[in-house]
Amino acid sequence: MTDRSQPGLRIDCADLVELVTEYLEGALDEPTAAEIEAHLALCPECDTYVAQMRETIQVLGHVPVESLSDEAVAEIMSAFRDFKGLKTPPA
Amino acid sequence: MATTPASPTPSPPDQRPTTHSAAHDVEADLLVRLRQGDQAAFESIVNGWSPMLQRVARTYVSTDASAQEIVQETWLAVVRGLDRFEGRSSLKTWVFRILTNLGKTRGVRESRSVPWSSLSPVDSSGPTVDPRRFRGPEDEWPNHWTPVGSPRPWEPSPEDVTVAGEIRREVARALKGLPERQRTVVALRDVHGMSSDEVCDAFTISAANQRVLLHRGRARLREALENYYHGPSPRMSV
Repeated sequence: MTDRSQPGLRIDCADLVELVTEYLEGALDEPTAAEIEAHLALCPECDTYVAQMRETIQVLGHVPVESLSDEAVAEIMSAFRDFKGLKTPPA
Repeated sequence: MATTPASPTPSPPDQRPTTHSAAHDVEADLLVRLRQGDQAAFESIVNGWSPMLQRVARTYVSTDASAQEIVQETWLAVVRGLDRFEGRSSLKTWVFRILTNLGKTRGVRESRSVPWSSLSPVDSSGPTVDPRRFRGPEDEWPNHWTPVGSPRPWEPSPEDVTVAGEIRREVARALKGLPERQRTVVALRDVHGMSSDEVCDAFTISAANQRVLLHRGRARLREALENYYHGPSPRMSV
């Protein structure tokens, strides 16, 4: 029969999904991180879940960002030049 | 990456002690350039940091326009204060402090203050995955995925060109729908690439609370993508 004291089986899937961010952030102590790795090697469902968290983070890195308008940047640059006593560069 | 923090390649003018980290050298070099009036260096940090600043500013005020004004005021204060900056914190941290101070002042005026020191129930209670997806206490494997509750792989992968555009729009939409603090932390960390320390510093929150917000936000976005691939879980409606 299965032995639940075996590495990877001491943690439940329901607990693992709540530890995944701490795991990915490297914030877990070594034994817990090792237990998670052992669990992921045994549990394809949790392995998929963690892979999907990574995929989600990856997608977020490509979400477009809002920035200042060109006019606002031009105004800030102009203030910088004024303060530094620089001339406006030729267009 | 959507943005990369602007750090011009350093060209150290002299031999620095080897105890200084590379990051320290880049920072010192950037500061020298800024003080000398190097416009390219200044423009690169304005363009590189403004999206993050805007994201933080938006937590103090109710409109994007007000947030943009705060960012602009911040840069003007940076211009005026550069020569007085003593380098006790990193330049970026200093710029963010200026922003949060201006933001707080504005937020008070708009009667809108978002206390970040403690987590609200929306940010801290309950599991992030529907408990019905796990086996009950009577099962041989309590708290393990049920057959119908198990996550199924996403195919094609979110990076596949046939779906990547739609997936990004979906995630952007879901991000907008997150509770404010979760949205802000996830955006700063995963969209803008800020470090956990930088985010904790910007909001004066603990590393643990920052992780809770990040965790809950990411889990919801993963779920949104799961719904995109497999539809909202009808199997959970029992």
